[in-house]
Amino acid sequence: MTETSSTLLDRATEAAARRTPDGIAKRVRGLSDRMVAWLFIAPTILLLLAINIFPLIWAIQLSFTNYRANRPNEPIKNIGLSNYSRILNDADTWIAMQATAHFVFWTIVLQTVIGFTLAYLIDRKFRGHAFWTTIILVPMMLSPAVVGNFWRFLYEPQIGLFAYIVSFVTGLPTTDIQMLSNVSLAPWSIIIVDTWMWTPYVMLICLAGLRSIPDYIYEAAEVDRASNWRQFWSITLPMALPFIMLAVLFRGIENFKMFDMVNLLTGGGPGSTTEVASITLKREAFEKWRTGYSSAFAIILFVAVFGLANIYVKVLNRVKSR
Amino acid sequence: MSAAAHSVVVPSTTAKRVAATLVIVYALISMIPLLWIFATSFKTPPDSIAYPPKIVFTPSIEGYCNLFTTRTRQTREYIDALPAPTGFCDETTRKRNMVIAGPSNFLPRFVNSLVIAFGSTFCAVFLGTLAAYGFSRFRVPLADDLLFFILSTRMMPPIAVAIPIYLMYRELGLSDTALGMILLYTAVNVSLAVWLLKGFIDEIPREYEEAAMIDGYTRLQAFRKVVLPQATTGIAATAIFCLIFAWNEYAFAALLTSGTAQTAPPFIPTIIGEGGQDWPAVAAGTTIFLVPILVFTILLRKQLLRGITFGAVRK
Repeated sequence: MTETSSTLLDRATEAAARRTPDGIAKRVRGLSDRMVAWLFIAPTILLLLAINIFPLIWAIQLSFTNYRANRPNEPIKNIGLSNYSRILNDADTWIAMQATAHFVFWTIVLQTVIGFTLAYLIDRKFRGHAFWTTIILVPMMLSPAVVGNFWRFLYEPQIGLFAYIVSFVTGLPTTDIQMLSNVSLAPWSIIIVDTWMWTPYVMLICLAGLRSIPDYIYEAAEVDRASNWRQFWSITLPMALPFIMLAVLFRGIENFKMFDMVNLLTGGGPGSTTEVASITLKREAFEKWRTGYSSAFAIILFVAVFGLANIYVKVLNRVKSR
Repeated sequence: MSAAAHSVVVPSTTAKRVAATLVIVYALISMIPLLWIFATSFKTPPDSIAYPPKIVFTPSIEGYCNLFTTRTRQTREYIDALPAPTGFCDETTRKRNMVIAGPSNFLPRFVNSLVIAFGSTFCAVFLGTLAAYGFSRFRVPLADDLLFFILSTRMMPPIAVAIPIYLMYRELGLSDTALGMILLYTAVNVSLAVWLLKGFIDEIPREYEEAAMIDGYTRLQAFRKVVLPQATTGIAATAIFCLIFAWNEYAFAALLTSGTAQTAPPFIPTIIGEGGQDWPAVAAGTTIFLVPILVFTILLRKQLLRGITFGAVRK
């Protein structure tokens, strides 16, 4: 065929494509939408399968064995569910779960109360509120490990600023304020740092919740002569609730798996008073090298987080539809 | 009536004043630890451990000197016999009866952090943009389940993920390599990138691309020449969020890197001087490490809410 006829043919196809319905036209001129969709999504899915799902399946398989990663040449024995039953019957597991629950509960309570109060105050829209909001947000963007590490210095009983300020305010001698080595204070030392870092997070989401309440509702309430107190309880709080829930759930998930800050501040000590689940897991997996056992532990934690994540997405979608 | 005079949603002046005072007090208190890090980085080691803690002190860059160098103790005679000191760091070190032995590991660790953070951010945003466009514009079967799957991978406890990753990387020879860390951080960040970018792309009217395609663009051309320029702000914001995550990450870095590929977060806590932690040097390292994030936080303040809620809350 000559060159001219091939260009003619091209032109004819193009003309035909223009006249045909949209879907077919696109298929002629380039990849079909279906192809493009899969071409675009597949790399991400493949990466997640390779880096997240494949290892997860591997971990599930290991959780039924007595495998130890530091002894690769030892024969691997299948021991069924005994890792799981040992974990669930081990008193240490429940001590770790208690430490985790204590940490999660108090951080959520403090962050929600302080965060919501701050959001409510900022929503009074005083002059310069945008500037101060940005200042308040700074701690949550920083590395929990690097900043957590520095809090060890602030907590030093003799030379630390925290002990100095507390003793200045309360009159107690600084040697009494052993935040990291006192059994009853250590759990609070990690709660304080976490609250300092993450209250801004709760505040920011609550602020969005407060701003999503349309003015006309308050105006209607004012016409009905509802008191400020009444307006707060029957308008502000219920309408901001899904946002508060979102913040609480996310902080719950994050703190349930908390590792970095606690590892650097207390490392689980003194004794095992601050040994939250992730610290136990790290000890079992990377210090005692009980890989099979710790894989089972990891699966248990993962199932718990997965359940929470499920609820999180449901709340997220509810908030989104607002 | 006062309520009728101005809109009811505008609070009274007194309420505003009280609110402002409380918020400012909180903001100032929450800044104390950060200001203390900054101040400590300019203290001498004796000043940093003084009791009561020194608020007024003579600034010194000794902490920064110690951060970047390793030092050895020498006898007075040996030091006196040396040629004249070449700079401030040299001089201060000698005053403490030590000489600079060489550079510390801080700079290579910092460079590792840069390489891994930027590398993984680029990959995550690249993959995330494609996938987000796919989810935003096409009817993908099981789209909701896939999106949930993508998000749930980010919520896995890092230590739980690290166990099999550790074994896998040992088999593949990826342990303690920058490539291994880039892959891992890409996988963690791509979920955030997809969720955030889907929100941004959803906001770009489909009509733009449709018009371009009627003008003869293919789907891919329309994506490149119409959608991408429109999504620049969203892509930039997403990139900064990914960058911050990779920059701050500690758990994976501490467990999967030990030497050549170690990043700054697991390194900074290991900075020690004579007789314990060298706090001015730690503070100096922390300051250098935090400053980029401070700048990004200020740049991002309008998009922050979106970033931390995976794109769901937009205002």
